[in-house]
Amino acid sequence: MSLGPHLLLALLEGLVGACVLALTALGLALVFGVMRIVNVAHGEFFMLGAVIAAACAGLVGDPPWLAFGCALLVAPLAVAAVATAADWAVLRRVRYDPESTIVATIGLLYIVQQSVLVLHGPDARAVPAPFYVRLDLGWFGYNGYKLMVAGAAVTLLLAVWLGLGRTRLGLYMRATQQDREMATALGVPVRRVYATVFALGAALAAVAGVLVVPIQQAHYLMGLDPLLLSFIVVIVGGLGSLKGAVIAAFVIGVSDGFVSVLFSPTLAKILATLLVAMVLVVRPRGLFGTSEA
Amino acid sequence: MGASRGGDESTSSSSQARRISRRGALKTGLAGAAAGAGLLTVGGIPAARAAGSDRPIRIGFQVHRTGIGAVYGRWYERTANAAAAYINELGGIAGRPVELVAEDDGTDPRRGAEVVEKLATREQVDFVYGTLFSHVVIGSAPRAGELKIPYFVVSEGYHVASGKLNRYVFQPGITDVRSQITAVAGWMMGNLGKKVAMIFPDYAFGYDHRDFLSAAVEAGGGTVTARIAIPPTETAYSKYFPRIPADTEVLYHVMVGPGVLTFVREMGEHFGSRRPAVFGFVDSLEGVPMTSPGLEFLDGTYLWEAMPRQAGQYDTPHERFYRERVGVGPDGASIRDPKDVSTYSHMFGCWETLFAIKEAVEQSGYRDPTPADRKALIETLEGFHGFNEGRSHPQGPKVFDGRLHQCFGQQFVSKVNAGKLEVVHRTAIEDSRYEPAADYTKMAL
Repeated sequence: MSLGPHLLLALLEGLVGACVLALTALGLALVFGVMRIVNVAHGEFFMLGAVIAAACAGLVGDPPWLAFGCALLVAPLAVAAVATAADWAVLRRVRYDPESTIVATIGLLYIVQQSVLVLHGPDARAVPAPFYVRLDLGWFGYNGYKLMVAGAAVTLLLAVWLGLGRTRLGLYMRATQQDREMATALGVPVRRVYATVFALGAALAAVAGVLVVPIQQAHYLMGLDPLLLSFIVVIVGGLGSLKGAVIAAFVIGVSDGFVSVLFSPTLAKILATLLVAMVLVVRPRGLFGTSEA
Repeated sequence: MGASRGGDESTSSSSQARRISRRGALKTGLAGAAAGAGLLTVGGIPAARAAGSDRPIRIGFQVHRTGIGAVYGRWYERTANAAAAYINELGGIAGRPVELVAEDDGTDPRRGAEVVEKLATREQVDFVYGTLFSHVVIGSAPRAGELKIPYFVVSEGYHVASGKLNRYVFQPGITDVRSQITAVAGWMMGNLGKKVAMIFPDYAFGYDHRDFLSAAVEAGGGTVTARIAIPPTETAYSKYFPRIPADTEVLYHVMVGPGVLTFVREMGEHFGSRRPAVFGFVDSLEGVPMTSPGLEFLDGTYLWEAMPRQAGQYDTPHERFYRERVGVGPDGASIRDPKDVSTYSHMFGCWETLFAIKEAVEQSGYRDPTPADRKALIETLEGFHGFNEGRSHPQGPKVFDGRLHQCFGQQFVSKVNAGKLEVVHRTAIEDSRYEPAADYTKMAL
């Protein structure tokens, strides 16, 4: 393949990857930004979304778009419910202490992962895409559904952006992020905000999982990779900064696409990890992070 | 295709008067076969001392129930259980019932070594058996060697025959990657083309493919246009395909793990109808229904199979018997669930290995996990020259090389036709032989 189509494929792969990554990482950034906790179980919420989509496909069957629609409704709600339960049963009990919550969410990771292993089994399950179009670009073909994934992810990112800026809940969230005590004093129901943010972060990961599952497969171990990449994105973008997370997701996603296609995917992973190390050395709070809270 | 050869019941001593394979290498063992086991030995090693203890023979079964090998693990377990049940129906091993003690290793090399240790020390099994994924075998084998427990793997990797492991590790029930490639590379270049691009998993098993196919292609006057290694946990594959040069005549693929369906589908999306000839190892599609959406593009491509998934493609009474006993229907899926497709080209190895163990135990007079009995078992097995085709070896006759601890067998090339795999070529055992590079019999016990 000559350079032109090569670059086009790199760009497509990079953009699709970046959109999904932004959606996944946004949840992690939101949770850290508002609650100051590092949610190690975030990737498992992504996996849960994908597995619920596989279950919907199994229950609803044909047509695929109906099963996919069901998954898109059910998965975020179900995963948000799991997250709310975890918030109530665990995080609140350890008073959202930063160190304890890391250990607690590691435990949550294993509980979710192993529960899925028991209930769903160890197999990778393919889920049919709501539609299948092979776009023939002359030099190579591309799955049209992947472009829909990118579109849906961008739409959701915009919705979160608007929600944070224009709604009362968004206002509460920003207030809690800036100063928890002052927000409490001014009547912001901080506990409920915490529960909501944790659930919202989980639901975003779940939606990303549902979107991705027709181009991957639902598997109980699939949460580890997105978790790692989300952490890279959140650290590079600046812990807690939503704008930083989205920008970092696009920088890392698109560069990953280019390096993967032009050189090798392993090199892309090495470079991303190196970028984290460099950012931590040169600018410990990340590209868009504010000074330590 | 393929007429029946050998006896129906190679483990029963009443079937000694069987028709023996034409293969010269197998003929050597006629005398040994008369010793009672359908097995070809050098000079008649005494038949089973048998009886005596009626303690069950306990075989530790290291199984990939979880992790990336789970689909294989499920079918390995079904096959091993079916083989054990059949052996017990026949009267067990040396008159003693056989008992499998299964333990999950999570397809994880470190856990694998722990499983070997647990089975050997806590469960006090006679042997450990059944490991598939090469990184787990390589991680577990040293521990088996230290514990001095015979370790029978069903792995395909070249690591056993390479001499890298130790004297306790055997692979008597499945051929290794090097012999598979040696057997089919000539057919591939003769029929599909000589400019070959390779896609393989980025770990030991994939490197075996890379090294031996490259050597075979170069030896056959061809060129390798690209060698593309993909991490086994990869989930997206489109980005790898641009590295296949346009002048490639044959795309050679082998992939494992949970992403195999995505891999093949994305390959189809990428190339569409402008694809080169495609030759793959069925590993890329084990456990995957050929009728899955997106796999249409595989029509007209070729796959290596160790044992044809589609019934009737290697039609022998033994194959039919085996297929029924492991619960696999004509299309290669479970009889109970048509979506649950078997790993048919690998799992026969569990069946055949258990019979190889039976034969080695009976021939060596092995009774208990003592150093002397284990030594006798290992030396007896090293003296074997092969196994006849029969109910105990339904994939076909095998030659066994005691120096390499490795068996050799026939291979199949199948063409995908309307979602079905049709055998177009069957190799002879001799096609898969290579110059041995190791001799385990010279290692200390």
